[in-house]
Amino acid sequence: MRTSRPARVGQYTALLAYLAFLALPFLWLVSTAFKPPRELGSLHPTWIPNDPTLANFRQAFDEQPLLHAALNSLLAALAAAVVAVLIATPMAYVVARRRTRLTKAVTGWVVVSQAFPFVLLIIPLFLVLKDLRMINSVPGLVLVYVVWALPFALWMLAGYVRAVPPELEEAAAVDGAGRVRTLVSVTAPLLAPGIVATALFAFITAWNEFFFALVLLKTPQKQTLPVVLTHFIGAEGVADLGPLAAAAFLATLPSLVVFAIIQRRITGGMLTGAVKS
Amino acid sequence: MRARLLALVLLLLLAGCSSGGTRDDGRVTLRFQSLAWQKESVEANKDLVKEWNATHPDVRVEYVQGSWDSVHDQLLTAFEGGEAPDIIHDASDDLADFAYGGYLADLTGLLPARLKSDIPQRSWETTTFGGGIYGVPFLQEPRVLIANATWLRRSGVRIPTPEKPWSWPEFRRITEQLSGRGKYGIAWPLKEPVSATLNLSLSAGGQLFHRGADGKVTVRFEAADQVVPRTIHAQAGTDRSASPTTLGSGGSDTLPGFFGGRYAMVPLGFSYRQQIVQQAPKGFAWQVLPAPAGAGGLTQGVSPQTLSVAEDSPHKKEAAAFIDFLLRPENMVRLALGDWMLPTGTRALNDPALRTPEHGWATGTALAAHLRPAPAQTVRGYPEWKDKVATPALQEYYSGAIGIRELRQRLEEDGNLVLARYQR
Repeated sequence: MRTSRPARVGQYTALLAYLAFLALPFLWLVSTAFKPPRELGSLHPTWIPNDPTLANFRQAFDEQPLLHAALNSLLAALAAAVVAVLIATPMAYVVARRRTRLTKAVTGWVVVSQAFPFVLLIIPLFLVLKDLRMINSVPGLVLVYVVWALPFALWMLAGYVRAVPPELEEAAAVDGAGRVRTLVSVTAPLLAPGIVATALFAFITAWNEFFFALVLLKTPQKQTLPVVLTHFIGAEGVADLGPLAAAAFLATLPSLVVFAIIQRRITGGMLTGAVKS
Repeated sequence: MRARLLALVLLLLLAGCSSGGTRDDGRVTLRFQSLAWQKESVEANKDLVKEWNATHPDVRVEYVQGSWDSVHDQLLTAFEGGEAPDIIHDASDDLADFAYGGYLADLTGLLPARLKSDIPQRSWETTTFGGGIYGVPFLQEPRVLIANATWLRRSGVRIPTPEKPWSWPEFRRITEQLSGRGKYGIAWPLKEPVSATLNLSLSAGGQLFHRGADGKVTVRFEAADQVVPRTIHAQAGTDRSASPTTLGSGGSDTLPGFFGGRYAMVPLGFSYRQQIVQQAPKGFAWQVLPAPAGAGGLTQGVSPQTLSVAEDSPHKKEAAAFIDFLLRPENMVRLALGDWMLPTGTRALNDPALRTPEHGWATGTALAAHLRPAPAQTVRGYPEWKDKVATPALQEYYSGAIGIRELRQRLEEDGNLVLARYQR
């Protein structure tokens, strides 16, 4: 079906407007990060700083252990993503392929679990982790992130598994491939984009997470980036805007880089090689 | 090969994740959670911790950075889990729940006489709950008027001083005189209108919360309580001398308009001077003026910053000794300068560094004697009254959506229903 020219123009306009809507806050953040204090207080703000400076970055690094916090965040987010995907993938396969009462109950529980507010969970979680001697440790935080990411990861991956035609697995079986061989050689490659997307989701969720990290990590050496960012905010919401913007800009970079690297895997041929020749 | 690489990465991750326990060398280690956030303030706190550690080898203090934004939830969880820091930096209006909940140590017998006598009784009242002292109030800030000095001088209006402040009616006349042609005499940043209104209302003799013989508190919105709200309402709605657009803004949001010559004055906390020094355009002349006075003089309510000791701390005596060190007069001055606030200690307040006219320090210190506990500090149920009743009611009143009669009805009738639930 061919799209008419005016419709195409409309589509592109809408797309551009959406992109602009998404990009504006980020561009403003970048602009703010390079502005000296006097420009931050200007009644007529400009997109491009008149007198760009790196002073905000210097101040941010001088005042807070940003690199150390970024490393903690990276470790927690990577570990959470890897572990969540390792656990969620076989679970998702069962949920998607075996339609029993149990899998329906599991799916229902997944949906319900998403409705629990953080505040409700944090104190029991804190006590459990304390008994496990995992308070103030990145592994403790990773455990929480994995548990937190699992329901949605399972939900996401189950959708990807359902998109893989069962006929392909049946064809492999007809060709003599065993169960494990079929899963490893046929299903897993087709699921790769879904696994990558799910890992990305788990990574970004953990990378951005604030409340659990705030409560569970006590010493400055263990704190993650979102927690350290709040140190630029004072009482009644007053903020040291320049360094905060500089630190926040740096905090967004890893997510962007990871996404840029991985997005080709997500979009690149969901069912590449799926057709049996 | 890939599998090996993955295994190696996982191994490295796990190695990196392992928690490094603290070295047990037999010394007492206290954790001090500070909420200092401005560069100078963090530096002052860290320097003082270093100085303590250098002179007290047996009691080591570990500086832990906290955040104002989330301190209540973070502390609550830490208290519940028995993992609270030994020394806790907070604000007095956040202490009541923790004190009544048994999470904070009663410092009555732990503080030295020097510290007790140095801080005035009115400040101790902000941290005294049920007869016990649950925090040491050490920094506070009055609300002041930050004014465009050039604009005020050219207009020829009388410049107020702490000795001869503006009255509320005079203040209203002057803001009207300063307004016109798209410019306003004042910009009220009233994103959170309740504490600003209540604290300033003390100057007009307002009290709002009345404790009966039975100890129960009721809300009465009387004539004195109405002076400040009526003034702001008239400035924004009748006189057009207050910018209507800033009523929903925070303090920092008003600064660009202030620097840009849109408003002659902005009522802000004393510590905002730091932002003004940083952000004001070159050559911009500003000055600090006292807030207007009424029947109660320059009195206004404050919730000082505090230092407390966790009830669970096994080293309360050492923690109190560290607080005593941190709040020696010369150290209190350093903390006050770092935070651009006023110390509560009388000896620190007399330090020449805090009496200089530069950046309005002298005006601020002249106001210190008039600061009183914020009216609602010890009222149980106040947070709910504030969020559910007072905030929306005052916001609607200031925007002109409701009149004073409905404001009064909501503050009193709805408000007393809320408070009654906490006082059964």
